Amino acid sequence: MRSKFVKLFFLALGCTLLAGCGDANWGWYVVSPYTKSGQTNLKFLLGGLNYTILLSFTAILISIVLGLLVALPGLAFHKGLRAINRVYVELVRAIPILVLILWVYYGLPVVAGIQISVFWAGVVALALSDSAFQAEIFRAGIQSIDKGQTEAAQSINLSYPDTMRFVILPQAVRRILPALGNQLVYMLKMSSLVSIIGMQELTRRANELVVTEYRPLEIYTILVLEYLVLILIVSAGVRWLERRMGADERQ
Amino acid sequence: MNEQTNTNKIISLTRVSKWYGTFRALHEIDLDVALGERVVICGPSGSGKSTLIRCINQLEKHEQGTIFVEGIELNNKNNIIAARDEIGMVFQHFNLFPHLSALDNLTLGLTRVRGLSKIDAEKRAMEYLELVHIPHQATKLPKQLSGGQQQRVAIARSLCMQPKIMLFDEPTSALDPEMISEVLDVMVELAESGMTMIVVTHEMGFAKKVADTMVFMDEGKIIEQAPPDKFFTYPQSERCQQFLRQILQH
Repeated sequence: MRSKFVKLFFLALGCTLLAGCGDANWGWYVVSPYTKSGQTNLKFLLGGLNYTILLSFTAILISIVLGLLVALPGLAFHKGLRAINRVYVELVRAIPILVLILWVYYGLPVVAGIQISVFWAGVVALALSDSAFQAEIFRAGIQSIDKGQTEAAQSINLSYPDTMRFVILPQAVRRILPALGNQLVYMLKMSSLVSIIGMQELTRRANELVVTEYRPLEIYTILVLEYLVLILIVSAGVRWLERRMGADERQ
Repeated sequence: MNEQTNTNKIISLTRVSKWYGTFRALHEIDLDVALGERVVICGPSGSGKSTLIRCINQLEKHEQGTIFVEGIELNNKNNIIAARDEIGMVFQHFNLFPHLSALDNLTLGLTRVRGLSKIDAEKRAMEYLELVHIPHQATKLPKQLSGGQQQRVAIARSLCMQPKIMLFDEPTSALDPEMISEVLDVMVELAESGMTMIVVTHEMGFAKKVADTMVFMDEGKIIEQAPPDKFFTYPQSERCQQFLRQILQH
């Protein structure tokens, strides 16, 4: 599995470099690791990595918790509770992420009368937006667990929170792990949108360097590779977790 | 078998009815069960036997009539929880928690509901696994056990909560034939220990052996209710005679 990823990566890298031998006028010097200015540029570009990671992982953690909290009323017997879930999911899902980022950064401080940093505006917007999808994933996962599990838990008088915590969620999470992995990858990519409000993550840094160096082709190519490597590593991590938790449900 | 002259009713159903949409699953059921009594319920599928025992621990809500368990009326959440403390249930498809070992299937309720420490819970769980003759499988996951073993773990899971009443919902119908007897043996031992039991089953040999009272249901009603000797020799209703002919044919 791992060697396949590596091969894929080198294939992509090879294609990019080969393209450089063609007619296009490449100027790799901007990011050359052998010159002082190239090194500075590379360092600047890679410096966005920790923000991208920090932003995405904070947002995904919040959105998982939020998603679960929204999913639970969606599974309730009570119609009113289910309505809360529906309204939340439909509303939040309908707002484009970019629009939500702009609104949280420029609108929320005015409405709520609070100061919000670029980072937290990004986290809040990404987490909110993703939570609607997480809620649907959790709802589907929990619904996929046989009703007999809840009944067995009820018959020994296990409380609702305990039933969720010890019986239903451990089984549901195993099943939805691939979907959660998807959301994490999605989150890493969507975090690039936070560049629009000035968050110094990968995309923002690339944009800023392009403005000073006038080499968009090379710099954005590096940007593509940065995301590619990051996401391939994360994907491998998710796969490892799936195997460890026995999500593939092989014996 | 019928030495039970105890009139102490531990379960009492009066005019209990339930509908699924327009389908009437239970039709004014009256049933009293005395402490230590073993009731076996039989009848064709769809006759309401499962619904009936699931109403007794309120996995299904009845819509009319009253149900008392140990003098507690099942009409609100707290009462239902109090009643469930006295009732164990065994399901047709075992419903073991597949991600937990046999032992942990038992200790979950003991620690979280009964408030036992982990050590005490494991000690008691092992005692009950011994009672159903599988202490050596304690660390295995349900999927590593045979159907018969899984059902015995499920019985132990209910028993270790030390209920006064045990409900069995077709406990052997999902089992391969060669595994039925190991489960029935455990149930016979349980009956001999004096447990109050309500068993939905088609295992008439078991019924003859342990039942104090046989109940025959059809179309949501109790058609016939009698001690087994009378029930099997002189069934009163035509439907019951027909059902027994079919089931005892082979």
